[in-house]
Amino acid sequence: MSTAATGTPAGPSAPSKASPPDSSGGGGQAAFSRLATVGFWADWAALVGLIVLVAVFTALDPSFLSSGNVTGMLSASAALVILAVAQTFVVATAGIDLSIASVTTLGIVVLGQLYAGGQPLAVCFVGAVLAGLLAGLVNGFLVAKAKITDFVVTLGMLSAASGLALVLSDGQPVTVTEGFFFDISLDGPVEMVSWIVVAAIVVAVIAHVVLFHTRFGTHVLATGGSPEAATATGISTARVKVAVYAIAGLLAGLAAIIIVARLGSTPPAANTTYLLNSVAAVVLGGVSLFGGKASILGPVFGALLLTVLLNGLTTLGVSQYYQPLSVGVVVVAAAFLMRFQK
Amino acid sequence: MSALEKKTVTPSGSARAAGPILEARDVSLSFGSVRALQDVSVTVGAGEITALVGDNGAGKSTLVRCFSGVHKPQSGEVLLDGAPVSFGTPEAARGAGIETVHQNLALVEDLTVWQNLFLNRELTRFGMLDRRRMRAEAQKMVSTLAVNVPEVTSRVRRLSGGQRQAVSICRAAGFSSRLVIMDEPTAALGVQETARVEELILRLRDEGHAVLLISHNFDQVMRLSQQVWVMRAGRCVAGRRTDATTGQEIVGLITGAIAA
Repeated sequence: MSTAATGTPAGPSAPSKASPPDSSGGGGQAAFSRLATVGFWADWAALVGLIVLVAVFTALDPSFLSSGNVTGMLSASAALVILAVAQTFVVATAGIDLSIASVTTLGIVVLGQLYAGGQPLAVCFVGAVLAGLLAGLVNGFLVAKAKITDFVVTLGMLSAASGLALVLSDGQPVTVTEGFFFDISLDGPVEMVSWIVVAAIVVAVIAHVVLFHTRFGTHVLATGGSPEAATATGISTARVKVAVYAIAGLLAGLAAIIIVARLGSTPPAANTTYLLNSVAAVVLGGVSLFGGKASILGPVFGALLLTVLLNGLTTLGVSQYYQPLSVGVVVVAAAFLMRFQK
Repeated sequence: MSALEKKTVTPSGSARAAGPILEARDVSLSFGSVRALQDVSVTVGAGEITALVGDNGAGKSTLVRCFSGVHKPQSGEVLLDGAPVSFGTPEAARGAGIETVHQNLALVEDLTVWQNLFLNRELTRFGMLDRRRMRAEAQKMVSTLAVNVPEVTSRVRRLSGGQRQAVSICRAAGFSSRLVIMDEPTAALGVQETARVEELILRLRDEGHAVLLISHNFDQVMRLSQQVWVMRAGRCVAGRRTDATTGQEIVGLITGAIAA
């Protein structure tokens, strides 16, 4: 309750226009009137959309909710969940990281090259994360210190990181076959939940705590909400910006490990859908692109929704070609709903 | 920083209650070829409301920014309790007890009242935000406003202009500040809200804070202040005790119709 009321703008307890504080006496009625407002649906667009999609796909094909398919969907969503969380930190400061998918690919390639060089897996993992972190730091310094527009900096990094990935790998994927590494995307502590899903959950929980229960998180939201006010109270908005891009890069490196675990190989070509879908998940999750308003749960549901959408269309036998089209429609529809947010 | 704080404690004894807490001596500052401040000397008395008036572009805001650590004078000095100080950052000025209520209301709209009150001064417990304590203390700080108290858990976006200004002033008055600088605190407010904020300013003084008030409202200046400094074209052209001057004289000094 306390968390939702103060920390999560997209939370259910954020009072909407239709339920002023004085109407809280009639609890049931207030809750009902809240349901009737567009603002409520805008706040919970991702979760509602997710439930609707699951219901529709299950109705059309009961095997959609089979344990095999659920396991697959959750594992498939793990990397996107992490990238959506990464993007959320940057967007919360009113920035955007267009390089997130390319940096992920760079991480993948670094992992692959280290593995091909005979390094133990632990070293490969650290290499991938460090590569991401380094790219993120470069983004952050160029945005915050050199004061170049985030859009341009990360667009440049998009190109530079994917180019570097091709150079390092010579365009060749590396096959990473190591028993336990392959298993983490299949086995897990509970049925249907693989270890990479656990990793994504852990990332989301830590991100939530950092954003809403630390000074740094408050400063991130203040930097996005009002850079003037943040500066006036002595917050170094430049330092905050460097930090959020670094976090995004670090998480991109982590996502790289998870992607390699699922694929068992290190494709050197950038997968741009991760970029579009990470931004889409953030928008679906009700995070303001103007900064200052964020939630972690929202983008996580957004990432799940997108994964379910693609998986459902595939199970229904809809052509691959329709998938980007459907994602586009869903994202713009969600953005339209956001206009009704308080 | 700590050395500076030590210095500030001693000379402000009750013996010289009305002595200046802050003083500018021949402060000059240029931005390129624009001479924003030229040899400006003013004092701010302890326990008083000091008004700073002047036309737009006279240098009022620039001068207070020299006090709040945003600008650094190119020549001349700023003295706090008689000791020269040089604030590199707004944070340093805050550390010395100089708080500023900004013209553009430096609040983050999407954060709550308590988050704004504690912005960059968050209380933590084991490295995590101590939300409960901050909410409770914010409640205490805000409840002294007495008028039109906003809910500390509401977002600033939902507050009226007067409530926002009250929160800004509350933030400036808290944290044991000694001098509160206000840059046109009622410029954007209606009649009733202005009256409430004025009450708040008087209360600040009565609680022992020195107040430096920039205002375009002469009635307000005459009502609230004890000392008026008049600026024109980057210079401080006159200083008057409020009870020894009239609104008319002040207007004349501002426009230049009366030579200082």
